[in-house]
Amino acid sequence: MNFPIYMDHNATTPMDPRVLEAMMPYFTKVYGNAASRSHQYGWEAEEAVEKARQQIADLIGCTTKEIVFTSGATESDNLALMGIAEMYASKGNHIITLPTEHKAIIDTCKYLERHGKEVTYLSVDEFGMVDLEALRNAIKDTTILVSIMMANNEIGTIQPVAEIGKICREKGVIFHTDATQGVGKIPVDVNAMNIDLMSFTAHKMYGPKGVGALYVRKKSPRVKLSEQMHGGGHERGMRSGTLNVPGIVGFGKACEICKEEMESESKRLIYLRDKMINTFLSRVKYSYLNGHPTERLPHNVNVSFEYVEGEGLMMGIKDLAVSSGSACTSATLEPSYVLKALGRGDELAHSSIRYGLGRFTTEEEVDFAIEQTIDSVNHLRELSPLWEMFNEGIDLKSVQWAAH
Amino acid sequence: MAYSDKVVDHYSNPRNVGSFDKNDPSVGTGLVGAPECGDVMKLQIKVNEQGIVEDAKFKTYGCGSAIASSSLATEWLKGKTLDEAYNIKNTEIVAELNLPPVKIHCSVLAEDAIKMAIEDYKKKKDVPAEKEAVTA
Repeated sequence: MNFPIYMDHNATTPMDPRVLEAMMPYFTKVYGNAASRSHQYGWEAEEAVEKARQQIADLIGCTTKEIVFTSGATESDNLALMGIAEMYASKGNHIITLPTEHKAIIDTCKYLERHGKEVTYLSVDEFGMVDLEALRNAIKDTTILVSIMMANNEIGTIQPVAEIGKICREKGVIFHTDATQGVGKIPVDVNAMNIDLMSFTAHKMYGPKGVGALYVRKKSPRVKLSEQMHGGGHERGMRSGTLNVPGIVGFGKACEICKEEMESESKRLIYLRDKMINTFLSRVKYSYLNGHPTERLPHNVNVSFEYVEGEGLMMGIKDLAVSSGSACTSATLEPSYVLKALGRGDELAHSSIRYGLGRFTTEEEVDFAIEQTIDSVNHLRELSPLWEMFNEGIDLKSVQWAAH
Repeated sequence: MAYSDKVVDHYSNPRNVGSFDKNDPSVGTGLVGAPECGDVMKLQIKVNEQGIVEDAKFKTYGCGSAIASSSLATEWLKGKTLDEAYNIKNTEIVAELNLPPVKIHCSVLAEDAIKMAIEDYKKKKDVPAEKEAVTA
């Protein structure tokens, strides 16, 4: 085993060596600008980009002309929200989203609110699931866009995207989904799911960092958006800028591999995920799963160990590269807004650890992670005044805390 | 963020973990922080008849820096008079543990816990003394 063991695949993934191999020629040999129409270097680069576009389109069930390359999912999210808000400004100004979305959506919505748009943040249930009836009721005449993520990056909850798509189609509202965590991990079909716009990125699926895409529906309905990056009119005028040819080639290869291996890979990851979750919940008293138990990404484990603080725990599990929803790990000293939105109290957010498993995670590593975590939780509970008070039968909610 | 060696040492080998009977008149207890803020520190002192802190114990829910700050505080408290103990400053803890700015609140919490424990001890000592005066 290599230490520390990488278990943060919801943050980013290592590149698959097959992806790197596919990219290599495009740095030093086929280095043309894909927009150069006058010579072979350009033609070959364009050919490589079109091949990648096809590989990506095949994974999500769309046509090549519906893929707009960007620098990553954050840019795709910005382009979708800003581009739609601007393009459809005469039709309405209302956007519906969730409080558990990635910051790329939340912060873009906040920006739009400051510029005259109205945003509704639908509440989610204790698993982070959207309420479909509430969504249906929130759509009004001025609603131009629903943006709901496919799967949550912290808690792994998978939203009923097809049902959301159906509601939006019935109501004639454009549906965008941030599918950064979903594409390559779970089956995605933009037509079957009635998705109009979809953000995703290569580096979450064993491709390179710095390249992403926005799927933009071309037919029934044709979705239009205002460009946010002005320049040479690349990507059908929706996103100017010289294409990142090696990155796009890697993105394509990553999609091809995911399409081929998704079924076996997700089966293996679900086994490891459930082994981890079930062992924690059965061997550690007062541990709780965050996120949905079954409608869940195959590679995401998020558990709160009550009476233990997440950052303190991460220091104990020093051989694991994981993340926590604890305040101490964020720049703002606020605990995870996603966990807070589940309405289960800030304490559980402070006590949470996210383990993101991946293509190269072994069962041996998972077993090691389980044991080191349990040892560390036991050690920290011995140190924890909350654990002591709980065992003395004191109701922690009745204590008058000297908050600081 | 990398932790200083001293923080790691206190985290891995915390000094003086445990609890005294909080009803013991020679014990002062300080409980600061809140679970929803991510830190709770319990710090206790045992004071002898000469007014010297004879022993100290802690339990902390929090990050490594919070654990280290309270562990260090118990080490420093032992053998000090109450006045000396009251003068322990959070900045001394910051300097000793090499805490980064984002972790200064951990040291503040430790200082608060020390002061609260001393006040608790003094309050307890005063109460029976008053009672004696009344019955005399």
